[in-house]
Amino acid sequence: MLLIQILLIIFFLFALWKVILRYKAGDLTSGGLVFWFLFWVLAGVVVMIPNSSAYFAKIVGIGRGADLVVYLSLVVLFFMVFKLNVKMEKINKDITKIVRTEALNKKE
Amino acid sequence: MNLIVIPAYNEENKIGRVVRGLFEQGYKNILVVDDSSTDNTCDMAREAGAKVLSHKINRGQGASLETGNIYAKQCGYDVVIHFDGDDQMNPTDIQLALDKINNNEADVVLGSRFLDNRSTIPFFKKYFILPISRWINFVFTGVKLTDVHNGFRVLNKKALDKIKITQDKMAHNTEIVKQIKQNDLKFIEIPVEVKYHEFGQGVLGGFKIIWDLIVQKSE
Repeated sequence: MLLIQILLIIFFLFALWKVILRYKAGDLTSGGLVFWFLFWVLAGVVVMIPNSSAYFAKIVGIGRGADLVVYLSLVVLFFMVFKLNVKMEKINKDITKIVRTEALNKKE
Repeated sequence: MNLIVIPAYNEENKIGRVVRGLFEQGYKNILVVDDSSTDNTCDMAREAGAKVLSHKINRGQGASLETGNIYAKQCGYDVVIHFDGDDQMNPTDIQLALDKINNNEADVVLGSRFLDNRSTIPFFKKYFILPISRWINFVFTGVKLTDVHNGFRVLNKKALDKIKITQDKMAHNTEIVKQIKQNDLKFIEIPVEVKYHEFGQGVLGGFKIIWDLIVQKSE
């Protein structure tokens, strides 16, 4: 096994441990737990058995397995950034509601 | 009963002059929504005789206007006038807008800097930023106006009940126009004077508005 594989596996195990801790702390829903658990386990499988991504790459018509991983990562990252942005907007609106209610309660 | 709503953020040098100018024109109900200013805007506004509501955290001009609108509804005002706190607008323009509302010519009166030659608009803004903004406004709202984003508007009771500003920052201007169309409100533009002391909203501000509108559409 290459050094990079070992380092990545250690990182994925650390990420899995954090996922479980977040779930236990109530910061993550059951759906979130399943998603992130599968995500990091799959990432571990791809790192340990690099040819596994090549199999899926061929199915979708991409030459190399590594390319498939990069493409998928980019799509997932963009989508998550977008979702985070929308969520932040919602939180911002909630803050506005609280600030407004407080201001109106103190009207002269 | 009319209420003038002035959103203000760090306007301690100008807000007193704006409020006094409005009192001199005979307007009695003036509300300054202080958007968590770090200077003495709040005290200056109160000293000049305005009612003041204070946001504890800075939320933006759109949020301040909505706070003013809700206050107006809670206190039973029939007409709300949105007016800027940076001393760039002319209080004598309000009367014509009120006449249009009182004669039932419109539910909403929007100020336009392009219907006469009184406004002194910076060259780049007048010939580059504003024409593009007008087009973007049209794309998002489907309403063709002669001006965008100058902050002068008057709403009657019907408009006040229908329009809900959810855009906290500067995209509220486009949002209001969109809601005018969605709620089938009658609107009219009147000439207003805006004298620029500063450049105001630039190109980057414009991009922020477009981003806010896109994010809202996707929510």
